[in-house]
Amino acid sequence: MSPSDYSRDEIMTVTAARQLRNGAVCFVGIGLPSAACNLARLTHAPDLVLIYESGTVGTQPVVLPLSIGDSELAETATCIVPLPEIFAHYLQRGRIDIGFLGAAQIDRFGNLNSTVIGEYAHPQVRLPGAGGAPEIAANAHEVLVVMKQTARSFVARLDFRTSCGYLDGGGARRARQLPGAGPKAVITDFGVLRPNAASEELELTALYPGVTVESARAATGWPLSVARTLELVPPPEPRELTVLRDLHARTQAAHVRPIHIELPS
Amino acid sequence: MRLLPLQDAIATYVQDGASLALEGFTHLIPFAAGHEIIRQQRRGLHLIRMTPDLVYDQMIGMGCATRLTFSWGGNPGVGSLHRLRDAVEHGWPQPLALAEFTHAEMAVAYQAGASGLPCGVMRRQVATDLASVPGASVRDLRCPFTGAALALVPALQPDVTILHAQQIDARGNVLIRGIVGAAKEAALAARQLLVTVEEQVETLRTDMNAVILPAWVVTAASIVPGGAYPSYAQGFYPRDNGFYLAWDEIARDRTAFKAWMERHVLAVADHAAMLRRLGVAA
Repeated sequence: MSPSDYSRDEIMTVTAARQLRNGAVCFVGIGLPSAACNLARLTHAPDLVLIYESGTVGTQPVVLPLSIGDSELAETATCIVPLPEIFAHYLQRGRIDIGFLGAAQIDRFGNLNSTVIGEYAHPQVRLPGAGGAPEIAANAHEVLVVMKQTARSFVARLDFRTSCGYLDGGGARRARQLPGAGPKAVITDFGVLRPNAASEELELTALYPGVTVESARAATGWPLSVARTLELVPPPEPRELTVLRDLHARTQAAHVRPIHIELPS
Repeated sequence: MRLLPLQDAIATYVQDGASLALEGFTHLIPFAAGHEIIRQQRRGLHLIRMTPDLVYDQMIGMGCATRLTFSWGGNPGVGSLHRLRDAVEHGWPQPLALAEFTHAEMAVAYQAGASGLPCGVMRRQVATDLASVPGASVRDLRCPFTGAALALVPALQPDVTILHAQQIDARGNVLIRGIVGAAKEAALAARQLLVTVEEQVETLRTDMNAVILPAWVVTAASIVPGGAYPSYAQGFYPRDNGFYLAWDEIARDRTAFKAWMERHVLAVADHAAMLRRLGVAA
């Protein structure tokens, strides 16, 4: 399969899905993380346990939810628990293997901003805010981040640190004794970044076919290091692409279906 | 529990300047109640909600609120709440003071409020700038037993919590099915609890572990079919994701927003009339 057979969004989602091992318990954010987790569940990881912060545990949606609490998630869940329990009994108690996050900005140590661009008191752009991310970033055994790589989103300095990665690196996170290990991989539309074992700075460890190191560097707001061995990400398998495209097609059809409510006469 | 028309329930129990939690996590969002508050032109409200959603975007844009306590303020899966952003970024139609938490913190705050505690406790999240923004209220505590680093979150006890639910029985007990979010905690934390429901039935036919708010914790209830639209009521109607997608364009522009609210909320008598005007109900 050549790069013209799939989009960068598609290989990014496929690559993110491949990071998820069968049987893992995964706390899922909406958008790209949700697409990747469900692709994994529908391909190599049928026993992946998906938990959404709305309280749906072990959900198996047929279409991707637009929101974190669509009825699709409730109807296909093992159980639905109150939201305070999801955060206390599942996340804080340490029952989540993988937290899957996105953000507006990320820095070289995998810290994330989803709060504001500009000053907090006088923001240029008010972003939605923290949601579940700070506790997911702190408590999940490991974290995966999926986001598009641009010089505006991969920044030298965050405008606001909503959720922690490796803080200032070099063991700073371990010293703070956070329960989880931190971001294990950042999957972008160029390839994959992973933390350097010593410095904990994110470095480019894998590229998609046809993508150059120079273009990845140009899409990064700090001088991006490249791992000693740079891998080539295998292109999507035909089955992965078929399942992903079917999932998106079902989702789009579901999201435009008109709603009718019967009112008593 | 008093069974009242929604207009009367809002007129009686929601005062200018009140702290108000319209809860429901994506599911069972009490839109009809929010719209009635807009129609009755309440002012100076302190709005509390984990996810402000479109209902608070509308109330903020219509000038009802001066303060917002929240933990995630976006249009889920779509993007920004443009009216919320306009209030924060440009003070339109008036400035909006923020008290911002994480979901986990806000869940703890509601639980503390529902438990009659002044604050709730959780593990300390040392690593977020949220701890140091103006108005941040989470405080550190050392566990006296283990020395563990803990965080204290002040309790939330809204003057009024408003929920939407599926059913109320003849005696006034209220049933919530499906995703429940922090609705139960927000309900029991409040000084007064208003509920809108899809329907009244003689008896609630449900599992013995169901989420039920007993009649004697409910201040007043109103029967409002479709009252959660454009969010949803499990077992009654699905979320109108098309509307959530369309709202992005409507809310982006002040004039388009005002025109939409005028035509669909202010110029109609009630929620049923709005549903008919939108073509959602016949």
